[in-house]
Amino acid sequence: MIDTEICVTPTLAAEHGLSLDEYARVQKILGRDPNITELGIFSVMWSEHCSYKSSKVHLKRLPTKGPQVVQGPGENAGVVDIGSGWVAAFKIESHNHPSFVEPFQGAATGVGGILRDIFTMGARPIAVLDSLRFGPITEGQGATSAEVSRNRRIVDGVVRGIGFYGNCFGVPTVGGEVAFEPCYSANPLVNALALGVARRDELFFARARGVDNPVIYVGAKTGRDGIHGASLLASAEFTEESQQKRPNVQVGDPFLEKLLLEACLEAMHTGAVVAIQDMGAAGLTCSTCEMASRGSTGIEIDLALVPQRETGMSPYEIMLSESQERMLLVAERGREEEVLCVFRKWELDAVVIGRVTSGGLLRVLDHGRLVAEIPAHPLAEEGPVYSRPLAPPAKPSRAETLVAFAPQGTNLTENFAKLLAAPAIASKRWIVQQYDHMVRTNTVVAPGAGDAALVRVKDTGRGLALAVDGNGRWCHLEPRLGAMHAVAEAARNVACVGARPLAATNCLNFGNPEKPEIMWQFSEVIDGMGEACRALGVPITGGNVSFYNETLGHAIYPTPAIGVLGILDDDSHALHMGFRAPGDAILLLDGAGAAAAEAAAPADLEREFSSSEYARTIRSIVAGTPPAIDFAAEKRLIDSLTALAVMGLLHSAHDLSDGGLAVALAESGFASFFATESLGAHVALQGTEPAEWALFGERGARAVVTAPQAALAAVEQIAAQYQLGLRKLGTVTQGIFRIEYNGREVVSSPVARLRASWADSLEQALAAR
Amino acid sequence: MKFGVVVFPGSNCDHDTHHALATVLGRPVDFIWHQSEDIAGFDAIILPGGFAYGDYLRTGAIARFSPVMRAVTKFAKSGGLVLGICNGFQVLLESGLLPGAVLRNAGLRFVCRHVYIRVEHTDTPFTRAARPGQVLKIPIAHSDGNYFCDDATLHDLERNGQILFRYVSPDGRESAEWNPNGALSNIAGVINHERNVAGLMPHPERAAESLLDSADGLVILRSMIDSLARRESQSVGASVAERVPA
Amino acid sequence: MKAHVWVMPKQSVLDPQGKTIQHALASLGFAAVKDVRQGKFFVLDLDGMSRDEAAKQVERISRDVLANLVIEDFRFVIVE
Repeated sequence: MIDTEICVTPTLAAEHGLSLDEYARVQKILGRDPNITELGIFSVMWSEHCSYKSSKVHLKRLPTKGPQVVQGPGENAGVVDIGSGWVAAFKIESHNHPSFVEPFQGAATGVGGILRDIFTMGARPIAVLDSLRFGPITEGQGATSAEVSRNRRIVDGVVRGIGFYGNCFGVPTVGGEVAFEPCYSANPLVNALALGVARRDELFFARARGVDNPVIYVGAKTGRDGIHGASLLASAEFTEESQQKRPNVQVGDPFLEKLLLEACLEAMHTGAVVAIQDMGAAGLTCSTCEMASRGSTGIEIDLALVPQRETGMSPYEIMLSESQERMLLVAERGREEEVLCVFRKWELDAVVIGRVTSGGLLRVLDHGRLVAEIPAHPLAEEGPVYSRPLAPPAKPSRAETLVAFAPQGTNLTENFAKLLAAPAIASKRWIVQQYDHMVRTNTVVAPGAGDAALVRVKDTGRGLALAVDGNGRWCHLEPRLGAMHAVAEAARNVACVGARPLAATNCLNFGNPEKPEIMWQFSEVIDGMGEACRALGVPITGGNVSFYNETLGHAIYPTPAIGVLGILDDDSHALHMGFRAPGDAILLLDGAGAAAAEAAAPADLEREFSSSEYARTIRSIVAGTPPAIDFAAEKRLIDSLTALAVMGLLHSAHDLSDGGLAVALAESGFASFFATESLGAHVALQGTEPAEWALFGERGARAVVTAPQAALAAVEQIAAQYQLGLRKLGTVTQGIFRIEYNGREVVSSPVARLRASWADSLEQALAAR
Repeated sequence: MKFGVVVFPGSNCDHDTHHALATVLGRPVDFIWHQSEDIAGFDAIILPGGFAYGDYLRTGAIARFSPVMRAVTKFAKSGGLVLGICNGFQVLLESGLLPGAVLRNAGLRFVCRHVYIRVEHTDTPFTRAARPGQVLKIPIAHSDGNYFCDDATLHDLERNGQILFRYVSPDGRESAEWNPNGALSNIAGVINHERNVAGLMPHPERAAESLLDSADGLVILRSMIDSLARRESQSVGASVAERVPA
Repeated sequence: MKAHVWVMPKQSVLDPQGKTIQHALASLGFAAVKDVRQGKFFVLDLDGMSRDEAAKQVERISRDVLANLVIEDFRFVIVE
């Protein structure tokens, strides 16, 4: 072996993030000491980001199978059958650390990476959603003005980055969610979800097959960008020092990626492509060894043939570069010209850089000189796996401060207006307007027009619904229960546009896994997700784990972002959340059933309510326990909503979540982001609980729907058939929004006033920079 | 009657335009690759939205030098119908087939939403199916749509009836509040002096089905179909060069 | 031989980016900054021609490609 200029020692290995044990394992696999290039290769492949070494033992507990699942975890994206010979490929992935270091490029390349994962499978991307978490963007509750202005800069950069990439690439950004909590101040989360569709018989996989088949490099030239992005940036906590890593952040070119998409799909159609994988984290290293490992083959490449943007790059740098917009594919021997011809048409670099070999080795040459030789399978699949210690956090010795309910008869209008203006609840118009959410003319339910996004699949008449949810605050209070709610809410949201939940993808954002309490959170979240996915029949088909979301020792809330994909057999049955006509009946559908629930003890109500958005925004309290979950109730609600959608009985549907019933009613009135006139509601509620709980409580399995009076009887019949609780709350109005509780008016305001606090607050905070 | 939709590297509304014309309106449509100079057999050319050549340098600035634009220019000079949508409009401005230019949006951000535009003249091949003053609800999606021209040009445009669409309120009033990008004189679209080349920032192909919220964009596409049908019935077998612009 | 080309929005054209920067500077306390114009700067690497030829060509390139004369002006220098 060569490349002996640098002597590899256990110390150097440690600097690459490999422990002594891991280094010994490298020596055992190779039967000798690695050289510097090989050390680099092992260090990225065995980094937390690429190897899942801390999470693997837990991820096994998730349900991943079902008749609808064509491809579960382990490929570039999960794939499910959507009928008529079509499949949907979808996956969510994090780009948290790069987005903190450089928000615009970090978010942009996050979108670019997940899009490549989709079209690598042979699927054309048709939608993107984003799950975003930031620190506070308004002062107060302990947020300093310096912190607030930094967070605003991050939000601005991330939003512009997502728009920049998706808009130019030509994929609609159709939805997602955004939340603001102090714990994300120094650790924003940027999770991007992409959805694509393909004919079932035209799917592609990343399995290098056929000895002597050529290995072809396509796309952007390789530069020094992003070296060690995966191993260092995404696999360690942030310290003062790591803020200096800016030069390592990759720069995205969505125009190039658009060409790459068209060229790849066209090349796949020639029939001459055997396998294809994108070069994302760990670039050429990851794509070569994973393709060889999955195909039970080897790969030999010569780096001298790799198109390079900079001069004098070492083998180490070329193998570890994370330059964007690159793909590696294997073509059928003798037909490579057909493939190269397509890339020439699109004016893209495409070069044969090596071949598939027998014997299972990844062999890297540089001008014919061997610079690395590693068995591919052990490198890709036999990395270290840890059962890290778990420990629940110590219970605080002091009793928590819980919410004390306002006395009966308190007028809650001001609190309500304030809640509507909370960044988590306020209109996201300022954000979604910066995204092209209509390109490809499939967006049936646009951002803000429904609980989930719905895009049609033109050739099938079907619609695909997508929602992404995850309440970090609830997962912080009770990880297992919080994770269950994340799955249930995403599934419920999908049902609220009329679609049947099919499958899920997940992005798990956590702190440092070497800390037992973080690992305990992770394990709990996995168990909660697993149980919810089984109960609701939505297997997990893929996703991503992001650890080390800590800065200076402070971890984020455990934040699983769950994306649920649903199907609507006829896209014209799609439900929107906006009220449609004054005079329509407003109904509350409750999966918990017709029988009135047993009156809860006041202390339990306080505990539950202390975890709500209202408690956080109005009382500055984050405490207690999230509401209990009832999967049977969730299932009944989902099934009945999909049935009601098919029958066309409803004018609107919107689930109850952040801010409870009152916020759901108001949001339905504000309807679409772009409606010029909002509708209101006049509802009368009864109950024994405090009014704040009745208006703003966040118990699950509930939705507000409207129906024309003439359809009421039919809706009641369906509700009875599904053993669903149905309460007539009131009617849709114009001009005034009013809620009465036990005969007393608790909220009353002109709709326009409420709408103004909801519509403008985000824009006021963010646009005025 | 055959429509051609030009595909530049980076066009991303090409398929949407094709879908609106072929599937929704049932008309023959073919794509035209940017390297092609052969556009024989097409009766109308549409330059679609997107980011041609990444919109690097300026929007539409590089696309105008592509081989297909030489053919499109010739086609336009001989009276053929050419419509530029969003990025296509920007290409027409850059190539000088339409007067003016676009600046960065006044708000400096990409804006995607429905807007209302008023049809200012119905005596054109692109608007003949509209009622005078009709307000159309059509989406925009751009970061450079802030139309600009000098005073003399604006005066000419007004005098010659070349301002085809203006941003207005839902009930047809002009006001700054309803202008999404700061465009001069609320201009959303213009037509050339000969009235056979037009461009607009809003996307009519995105407003072609009520399932997607609005079908108002069909007014523009149907106008073109009408115009082509008239031309065909007036001069069967005549070459494009001999046809009189509507 | 290199050419440096500056492309600037015309004085008569509103420059929203420049205006926003000026506004931001003012709010940061740089009150002395009364106006900002944002333009583009190009470096062209030219080969195999005389200075005069280069000047002619860069003039054409700037007029036809780099600047849009409806909204922009340009100027250039040949260096080295």
